[in-house]
Amino acid sequence: MAYSTLSPEHEAFRKVVRDFAQAEVAPRVAQWDRDHHFPVDLVAKMGELGLFGLTAPEEYGGSGGDFTSLCVAIEELGRVDQSIGITLEAAVGLGINPILTFGNDAQKAQWLPDLVAGQALAGFGLTEPGAGSDAGATATKAVLADGEWVVDGAKQFITNSGSSITSVVTVTARTGVRDGGRPEISTIMIPSGTPGFVAEAAYDKLGWHISDTHPLSFTGCRVPEENLLGERGRGYAQFLATLDDGRIAIAALAVGCIEACLDLAREYALDRQTFGGPIGRKQGVAFQIADLAVAARAARALTYEAAAMKDAGVGGQELKQAASIAKLYATEQAVTATRIATQVFGGYGFMEEYPVARFYRDAKILEIGEGTSEVQRMLIARGLGLPVE
Amino acid sequence: MNIVVCVKYVPDATADRSFDSSDSTVDREGVDGLLSELDEYAVEQALLAAEDGDGEVTVLTVGPADAADAVRKALQMGADKGVHVEDDDIAGSDAVATSLILAKALGTLEYDLVFFGMSSTDGTMGVVPTMVAERLGLPAVTYGSEITVDGSTVTVRRDGDVATETITATAPAVVSVTDQSGEPRYPSFKGIMAAKKKPVEDLTLSDLGIDASEVGLGAAWTKVLSFAPRPPRSAGEIVTDEGDGGTKLAEFLASKKFV
Repeated sequence: MAYSTLSPEHEAFRKVVRDFAQAEVAPRVAQWDRDHHFPVDLVAKMGELGLFGLTAPEEYGGSGGDFTSLCVAIEELGRVDQSIGITLEAAVGLGINPILTFGNDAQKAQWLPDLVAGQALAGFGLTEPGAGSDAGATATKAVLADGEWVVDGAKQFITNSGSSITSVVTVTARTGVRDGGRPEISTIMIPSGTPGFVAEAAYDKLGWHISDTHPLSFTGCRVPEENLLGERGRGYAQFLATLDDGRIAIAALAVGCIEACLDLAREYALDRQTFGGPIGRKQGVAFQIADLAVAARAARALTYEAAAMKDAGVGGQELKQAASIAKLYATEQAVTATRIATQVFGGYGFMEEYPVARFYRDAKILEIGEGTSEVQRMLIARGLGLPVE
Repeated sequence: MNIVVCVKYVPDATADRSFDSSDSTVDREGVDGLLSELDEYAVEQALLAAEDGDGEVTVLTVGPADAADAVRKALQMGADKGVHVEDDDIAGSDAVATSLILAKALGTLEYDLVFFGMSSTDGTMGVVPTMVAERLGLPAVTYGSEITVDGSTVTVRRDGDVATETITATAPAVVSVTDQSGEPRYPSFKGIMAAKKKPVEDLTLSDLGIDASEVGLGAAWTKVLSFAPRPPRSAGEIVTDEGDGGTKLAEFLASKKFV
């Protein structure tokens, strides 16, 4: 076995997910992408493999595994298709984890078993037309009346929120005003099918065509008071905690993207003949592929260092800094890698029948989601003690 | 119901495989090894058969140190414990010697059924299950594509080219299964972590009362005299249709025994 800083068990698991992705995802993914089809049957198979329950406790059907194992799964799925990788990342990081971390026993018992089994998905509604990382600008409101929360507002770009198996979305909403006029933000769980909750038509996205992403609207949407997730007024802190983990997971997805570009470009450079030999003998091609190998290794090292820190119980600013650094570097390198890979493929790289074209479309969002590159740089600079606005 | 699954550690069938030039045995150095894919089907059937009862699934292999990987993979899939027979004198053993070692090792275990894959992906002889059954005096039902265990009766469907047979046998019995018997499960992360704690017993030839002269390359009934890589694929033949293209196509297919 090749040298690895991960444990033999993590590497054995990597092999399992790689085999799974090759057998279950690779043969069908181009068609799904063309059709913008969200494969519920694949989600069920991912559930059988235990992917959604990797970090969940055994009492809810999980494996009680570590965060590194989740990153391995996201990376290996992302190596075959980024949409499938983000489906897992969002299902665990944004769907399961907030309920697991902040939910009470009854909420966990109600929602987690099906989510862990891949029989259901949950979305996390934070972003709004007028509020993203600036969550204080949240306009969605929830008012407590007669033992029920009445929710009005809209969310956008919400992953796994409108599939046929989406069971619940967790949304942040203003539930009052604090001293000094700042909004009180809380998190409320809204089951699919609740009157007044509509998952609007799926977005027409540049990439991630397979991923289920919807705008959500809430009009006089009433749910029981006990659907409050965690403490009232803690919504802002809860979503910040949720996003920290997500950054490392997105970095893992980006690592998969870079590795896919490396594999595809290398194979093509050895195969494609021009002027009597493979194009890989040209330095202009070969050196770019060498750069891909460097990017893959560096991004992977940063990502798994951050994951190992989380697993070792390192928290606070040290983990946030490592997560932002890994996310920033891996995602920007992923975009660069897709540009290089399509260039190596020449005209074929612009054709949808070649996977590099799909990776090219899919990569851009990595620099945007879970905090843009600009937000990451701001956080990293602040972590260095610089007085960045 | 206690089940033993006999598995083989083989060179990865998707890699470029070769022979060792010094003794014409399989080259295990230049290629990654793994649990034979065909044996994964046997592990799956054993796990299914044992699922509802309180019996155990034991995975048994004969092979070099690295063959522990094959045992571990089966444990990760869900088998309960492993037995690994390893001895330098085993190197180069043929199917006859392998069946002797397996039969002796099975003698140390409690079992109702013994499962095998239909053949290995390297030797591809498919004779070891029958040889083991013969040595143990057990009924053998081979090439099963559907396995049903009910009490001490195992019912096996065998799909042949011209007929399908359904055969029953009473435990203890030997069963080999095909790649049509049901897709093997993937190990879960939980299974991978659990496998770390599962017991694997290491046995040598002397533990089994086998003399070194009975096994190994020297005792093999067959010997590989020479080997050569498969010739590179030749260019295809282009037939120009001069009104008789269909006939020529049919003749070509007939010459290759496709029609």
